[in-house]
Amino acid sequence: MSKQDLLSIVPLFILTSAAILILFSIAVKRNHKVIYGITTLSLLADIIFLAVAEGPATWTVEPLFIFDGFGKFNLGLILVTALAVTMLSYAYFEQREERKEEYYILLILATLGAGTLAISKHFISLFLGLEILSVSLYSMIAYLRKRERSDEGGIKYLIIAAFSSAFMLFGMALIYYTSGSMEFGAIGAYLSSLPELPIIMMAGFGFVVVGIGFKLGIVPFHMWTADVYEGAPLPVTSFIATVSKGGVVALLVRFYSQVNGYQYNSLVVIFTVLVIASMLVGNFLALRQHNVKRLLAYSSISHLGYILVAFIAGGSLGKEAVSFYLVAYFITTVGSFGILTYLSDKDRDAEWLDDFKGLFWKRPWTATSFSAMLLSLAGIPLTAGFVGKFYIVAAGVKGNTWLLVIMLVLNSAIGLFYYIRIIAIMCEKQGATDANPSTLRPSIYLISGFSVAVLTVALLWVGTFPEGLIGLIRSLLSP
Amino acid sequence: MILPGFIVSLMGGGILAWIASQKSLVLTRWISLLTVTVNLLGALVVWWQQPGVSSLWLLDYSIPWIPQFGISVHLAVDGLSLLMLLLTFFLGAIAVLISWKEIQNRVGLYHFCLLWVLAGITGVFLAMDLFLFFFFWEVMLIPMFFLIIIWGHENSRYAAFKFFIFTQASGLLMLVAILGLYFVNGNQTGNYTFDYFHLLEANIAPGVAMWLMLGFLAAFAVKLPVVPFHTWLPDAHSQAPTAGSLILAGLLLKTGAYGLLRFIVPLFRDQAMVIAPWAMAIGVFGIIYGAILAFSQTDLKRLVAYTSVSHMGFIMLGVFSFNELAAQGVVMQMITHGISTGALFILAGFIYERIHTRDITRMGGFWKSMPFLGACGLVFAMASLGLPGLGNFVAEFLTLVGAWQATHKFTIIATLGLVAATIYSLRILQKVFYGTQASATMLVDLSIRERFIMMALVVSIIWLGLFPQPILNTSKQPVKTILEVPDTARTKDKSMQIEIVSIQGKGGRYE
Repeated sequence: MSKQDLLSIVPLFILTSAAILILFSIAVKRNHKVIYGITTLSLLADIIFLAVAEGPATWTVEPLFIFDGFGKFNLGLILVTALAVTMLSYAYFEQREERKEEYYILLILATLGAGTLAISKHFISLFLGLEILSVSLYSMIAYLRKRERSDEGGIKYLIIAAFSSAFMLFGMALIYYTSGSMEFGAIGAYLSSLPELPIIMMAGFGFVVVGIGFKLGIVPFHMWTADVYEGAPLPVTSFIATVSKGGVVALLVRFYSQVNGYQYNSLVVIFTVLVIASMLVGNFLALRQHNVKRLLAYSSISHLGYILVAFIAGGSLGKEAVSFYLVAYFITTVGSFGILTYLSDKDRDAEWLDDFKGLFWKRPWTATSFSAMLLSLAGIPLTAGFVGKFYIVAAGVKGNTWLLVIMLVLNSAIGLFYYIRIIAIMCEKQGATDANPSTLRPSIYLISGFSVAVLTVALLWVGTFPEGLIGLIRSLLSP
Repeated sequence: MILPGFIVSLMGGGILAWIASQKSLVLTRWISLLTVTVNLLGALVVWWQQPGVSSLWLLDYSIPWIPQFGISVHLAVDGLSLLMLLLTFFLGAIAVLISWKEIQNRVGLYHFCLLWVLAGITGVFLAMDLFLFFFFWEVMLIPMFFLIIIWGHENSRYAAFKFFIFTQASGLLMLVAILGLYFVNGNQTGNYTFDYFHLLEANIAPGVAMWLMLGFLAAFAVKLPVVPFHTWLPDAHSQAPTAGSLILAGLLLKTGAYGLLRFIVPLFRDQAMVIAPWAMAIGVFGIIYGAILAFSQTDLKRLVAYTSVSHMGFIMLGVFSFNELAAQGVVMQMITHGISTGALFILAGFIYERIHTRDITRMGGFWKSMPFLGACGLVFAMASLGLPGLGNFVAEFLTLVGAWQATHKFTIIATLGLVAATIYSLRILQKVFYGTQASATMLVDLSIRERFIMMALVVSIIWLGLFPQPILNTSKQPVKTILEVPDTARTKDKSMQIEIVSIQGKGGRYE
């Protein structure tokens, strides 16, 4: 192992050592503030390291990892998002659970898992990352033990994730059986020597797609999404919606392009069907929801569909569009769950549409940033979501995937309805004014409020001046 | 610099007005009134200095925005845009004035939304970059949505949703078409740009061009509205507050008409020719259908809304006649309809403020108690039915004369629309102002502020009817160019075209 190898995987080391450090720190004394500080600082250190570390543009740590622009970008994105989730977690857990410290270990480990996915180029690292991520998530979802739905969500996720891992393992075995390799590049090289896709390989890909589909929560593997979103504590929900899915998307893009999936018509058809189904089912199910968490769950299904439109369109523009949309989607999703966190009180989460009634007049700033988030999800100009959607449509048009583009447009129109419905409810005249929910010391909310404000500004900034982010993505992605 | 100044000042004024509402509501109102008035004066100055006959493009402003995609903030004004700007600021100022007393809650937010709608509309009329155009197209929507939903009448939520979803969905189709055009042009010339003037020279295969045009047409047809896509309009118009209805009818509909003239005709002339008979047929159908529905309404604002559907049919007819007379008529129609229909909505608003209903079966005999209002009602009912001497007559006459050269049968049917217009206009007068006094309480005639508003509108509609020549002069050159552009482009040597493009190419390149 060379020096550069070691340097490259320092981001992963920082995370593992942070987890161990927290473990020891808890053994000495339970202190929420200290643990929170360690988590924040280590994530920050990791991000800074990633940003300033110099090294070759592409470096592989054989045979497991690859550090190229795309991998680094996604790793950075995952870390930043994890940091944002951490910021939101403090106030949320401070008022709820007596044992809050272990949560941060799990959070860091889950981030480690997702980060591993983003840079892996081998089935072993893929599976390791996926399992670290999933196992941490089981306990994170069920973290609020006293809530029934939290337990239910955790167990549901456990069963489904284990199930999908089994599918995936079987698929990997089949691919290994045919190609004799577990490394993406070698599989691709083997495939390109063949005239067409062998049937066993096809089956292997199919099983892997099932496994990935479960993780991404795309239709028809989406059944767990709403229940888990609803049951999990709010910061965890935002983590599942962003970091865990983002890691898997990055993995999917890498795997697919390395094995040259685009040249196999049958695979493209499979993905096209999955994507169209995701957009339609996600949007239609979201239409009738009265629970904002469930609504956002279904909307996330359709957003994954949008991202995969760019993925299917392929090409360098497709890859850029995926990266850009991930950023926009992460900002928006973490932001909206952040606002839900901010509004939640000690006993329950603010999740019913009625909780938002007249919010514009009660808390104008919160309502304004929530509106911005929703408009970004709907893809309205001046927000990051608009540029992201524009990017995706551009990629789709360039890739001549007209059917998908038209479906995306249609679905955006459907999606509008439930986003603006929330805004409309926030505009409604205030009903019976309830007393301000019992809050803790206001300083605790400062961090959440600050993070939400930062996210809102980022959302508008990226939406108005996207050229910086586009430039960054392009410079990282260009070979 | 004056062009971005228009948009920025409106946006800034909106924010300022919102902030000022913390201190004083009067200040808020004055700030927004001043902002719009200054803009109106600015546009007038531009008009005065450049009579618009000599050069086509009066002002031009361009800075890069997202160079990676070849997107720039490119604003330019020709006679057509200038006229639309004047209309926008004129009606904008009136919209602020009529909200003076009507809007009493959340005044700051209201003026913010109002000014941002105006900023979006201004942007639409100025943008010469297709991405920027789409951007402003969307910017108009959100504040309008809030205007309807927060300050609207009893069923405003339904109306706001319908308005938003209709326009947004069709707008997205336009986005796809814009991107299609972008890539078709980029693949051909290697210059990936959204710039209008470059895209004018794009050479698109007819089959593709047909689809792209339909994408654009979807957005404009919904906004205009063309008959099968008009159902959002009566709801939105009748539920919006008075200023909202004024802006919807006076300005938002015009962005659809403007889009037809600015984009559909020059970019896709051949394809537009192909669908022209259908488009004219739909337009004529809309004239008659709108008139019949207008006649059968009992809600005053809904009635006026359906007259818009009818009047907008003339625009379809005129645009797709492809001759200068008809196109001049269309421009005239855009302006006069904005004023006359806007005025009718304002009248409906005044009546609503006094008797709190829009139901015309509960109105009658208002001439006695409110003679000033009655006289104004008479003027605008006459304008709506196309009485000579008022602006609408000029517009419809020009359109019909132009359309006659293109198609005889549709023009004859369209002329019947004028008869229908007479019927519904007189019905308004009869039901509202004549007959027995419906309201037991004595109604107060217009206040000074209200009189001022009405007088401004009356004077302008009469001026347009008697002296339409300044307007026609201003719009002559742009309209001519719009109808001619593809011919000159096609006769150009193709290699020269590419050379020009590469010399002028300021936009970024992709790949």
